[in-house]
Amino acid sequence: MKIFYTDTLVIGGGLAGLRVAIATKKAGFKTTVLSLVPVKRSHSAAAQGGMQASLANSVMGKGDNEDVHFEDTVKGSDWGCDQKVARMFTQVAPKAIRELTAWGVPWTRIIQGSKEVIINSQKTTITEELESHGLIASRDFGGTKKWRTCYTADATGHSMLYAVANEAIKNDVTILEKKEAVKLIYKDDVCYGAVVKDLMNGKISAYLAKATVIATGGYGRIYEASTNAVICEGTGAALALETGVAKLANMEAVQFHPTALVPSGILMTEGCRGDGGILRDVDGYRFMPDYEPEKKELASRDVVSRRMTEHIRKGKGVPSPYGDHLWLDISILGREHIEKNLRDVQEICINFLGIDPADEGVWIPVRPMQHYSMGGIKVDYTGQSPHLKGLFSCGEAACWDLHGFNRLGGNSVAETVVSGMIIGEYVVKYCQNHNLEFDTKLANDFMKEFDTQQDMILARVCKIDQKFNDKNIYDIRDRMRKIMMDKVGIFRTHNELQEALDELKELLKLSDGVYIRSDMKSANPGLIDTLRVKKMLKLALCITKGALLRTESRGAHTREDYPKRDDENWLKRTITSWKDGCDEPIVEYEDIDIMEMELAPGFRGYGKKGNIIEHPNSAKRLKEVEQIKQNNPDKDRFEIQKMIMPYPLPKKYQEKNERVGIGYE
Amino acid sequence: MSRMLTFNIFKYNPLDKNDKPKLQTYEIEETPGMTMFVALNYIRDRLDHTLQFDFVCRAGICGSCAMVINGVPTLACKTLTSSYKDGNITLLPLPVFELIGDLSIDTANWMKDMSKDIQSWIHTNEQTDINKLEKPMDPKVADDVFELDRCIECGCCVSACGTKRMRPNFKGAVALNRVARYEADPRDQRTDEELFEIIGDDNGVFGCMSLLGCDDTCPKHLPLQTKIAYLRRKMVKEGLK
Repeated sequence: MKIFYTDTLVIGGGLAGLRVAIATKKAGFKTTVLSLVPVKRSHSAAAQGGMQASLANSVMGKGDNEDVHFEDTVKGSDWGCDQKVARMFTQVAPKAIRELTAWGVPWTRIIQGSKEVIINSQKTTITEELESHGLIASRDFGGTKKWRTCYTADATGHSMLYAVANEAIKNDVTILEKKEAVKLIYKDDVCYGAVVKDLMNGKISAYLAKATVIATGGYGRIYEASTNAVICEGTGAALALETGVAKLANMEAVQFHPTALVPSGILMTEGCRGDGGILRDVDGYRFMPDYEPEKKELASRDVVSRRMTEHIRKGKGVPSPYGDHLWLDISILGREHIEKNLRDVQEICINFLGIDPADEGVWIPVRPMQHYSMGGIKVDYTGQSPHLKGLFSCGEAACWDLHGFNRLGGNSVAETVVSGMIIGEYVVKYCQNHNLEFDTKLANDFMKEFDTQQDMILARVCKIDQKFNDKNIYDIRDRMRKIMMDKVGIFRTHNELQEALDELKELLKLSDGVYIRSDMKSANPGLIDTLRVKKMLKLALCITKGALLRTESRGAHTREDYPKRDDENWLKRTITSWKDGCDEPIVEYEDIDIMEMELAPGFRGYGKKGNIIEHPNSAKRLKEVEQIKQNNPDKDRFEIQKMIMPYPLPKKYQEKNERVGIGYE
Repeated sequence: MSRMLTFNIFKYNPLDKNDKPKLQTYEIEETPGMTMFVALNYIRDRLDHTLQFDFVCRAGICGSCAMVINGVPTLACKTLTSSYKDGNITLLPLPVFELIGDLSIDTANWMKDMSKDIQSWIHTNEQTDINKLEKPMDPKVADDVFELDRCIECGCCVSACGTKRMRPNFKGAVALNRVARYEADPRDQRTDEELFEIIGDDNGVFGCMSLLGCDDTCPKHLPLQTKIAYLRRKMVKEGLK
């Protein structure tokens, strides 16, 4: 059991973690990144569609700027986000794109001249200007006013991750792969690093650091059906939770995507439906027009996911060994269109299902699946936990609170690098102002505590010829996943959530008494999974209890028994913590003050109208903001913004962003 | 009832001094659309909790799950069990890379060393002001760079390489493709002379015997044959200077 020292310890080697690591390493601090897998295999690579940043290079992006991006993000969040954070983010996003360009991302570029595109199922011609030729292109995405999503073909996350990982290698960041942080080392309210298990040889060590940064991604794999990579088990957030000091926020805010492939869960792009593809049920019947006569398959993501689930519940799903599903039919678009515009969808179907969706009458099995975790480790705008000093978090693992209760497409991969840039600067500042503390006894105690925990599990070894039925960790994991899918999914009700809470508590108890096949400390996936599933169960309980208590519907959190967004009572962040020895989390709330908002709560512009219980302050704040604008006709948009809602930002990112044709306006 | 599949899977824990490499047999029932990802997880969850293998994205984009399936290195996640007509499937770990256990190998350190060796990043003296408009890039050139940037470092090309078996220090197609990627990128200011220093020897582009196992097995269908030939012509020219 060795002890290592570093200035910054970054847990998680995806885009967010690597970008923070680059910031601290460049500032001269010894930086160590731990990753479960080779960093270039992180789930960041799966971001396909693109990254939002208001470059406004394309003719379809003209007029875009930080203000428009900010408004889209706040509306998308259903007013659940931290608006100051949304401002920080939209200001830095264009800088992030340009930095990534310097690091080698081969963004798809604009070609000058006319081209045919499909907008609202209609063929339309757009003409790109000469001055934009060769600049970074952008495409249309849901919930955005402008074409703002910058992309590298359909492998945006991959090209970003390789560029950032190579930049980290170039800067000699210490990257240690196949390492799992299993416990945070802390005393009172200060974090000193983490206990780390080597997944290759099972050895335990401690990493002591001034600043510890958790960037381990989301918790999608708590659900039975998720588009997430298999490593997205939320164990980073659970590390923080298990301290009993650090807290999580908005865990019940979980996004579902309508069309994920069954059984693999690989995402089928929204473009399938955008181009005219339709959804069918077990009878081959097109059911969406019955539910949504106007928008049909092209209603917003949360609406389509809700309708599909409703239809499956009515018994109209297609039974399969992997559960009921529905059909996505793109064959009606014709082979020529598919092979030109939906090539990847076709390739995935051929590779994974052995079917060609361009063949007439061949349909793709799809079902809504968990897609994104808006909740995570509660941090302030600097990325630091307000409860456990020295602990930072960014990316999907954190609730920095950029996304509130619903995230916009293209804002997640953007958040990874942008929050990495911003929080990286704050981590540097923290390292400059703090000394590395060497409490080797503390480190040893935590390592021993973990080792004892392992020994207790390994003591319950059970030979291969004995059956262990419900005392098997994989059965417990699968039961948890099914509970989350069935009872804490897209639609939620009091009764089901209460059942889920009780059942999950039972599973948590059961998980203490599981049997294991091998008593080895290495080469033993059963041991690793036993440790992880216990963590996942705690997160599942946080999600469930938060969802049970939140008696309103906001963004992705949909309560059938409370269908309205209730600004009067629920404009608040859910804060969850876990005291050792308890069988469920403690839930508290943090108010979101309307009077500090730049954009007062209102109608999102999509979804059901008249579905809001308004807060009296909303109208008051709206008026106040209007007044400020009216009283200052000679001020520019930056000055006005500053008067309405000043926001913090590291100095190096405060400068204005240049745009083609208009300069720094 | 669908057919039964017989899996013969390499089992060996190099850390256990008493263990010997062996093929372990598992029988499972095939389900529609079953991939190696589904099958291996079924085996681990239901039949053998100790079986080691690696998956991350399970969508053919991260490169974690390369293994030798019935003699051919490929990505397990996007391989369907139905493509093996007799239902007999033998799984071995990729050769060349260090074995962690069973089907799990350590590509991380190999690939990191490779990246350092060829300095897999943009080399430039230009300073970028991130507040300013980015420099325009020819859209066609950007597409060409992206085509080579698609490599996922899965290791199939390296383990299918005859030269690599003979020359332990041979850089392999993954490295040569990376060099070609930066050579095609106008943002990288490295000259041919500088590239010659990196790949202009028998461990680089001149070691390749053109057996092209790399090109045959690349799951991303990268133009490895063309690019290695292109680099070799370029480097010959440079060497003759």
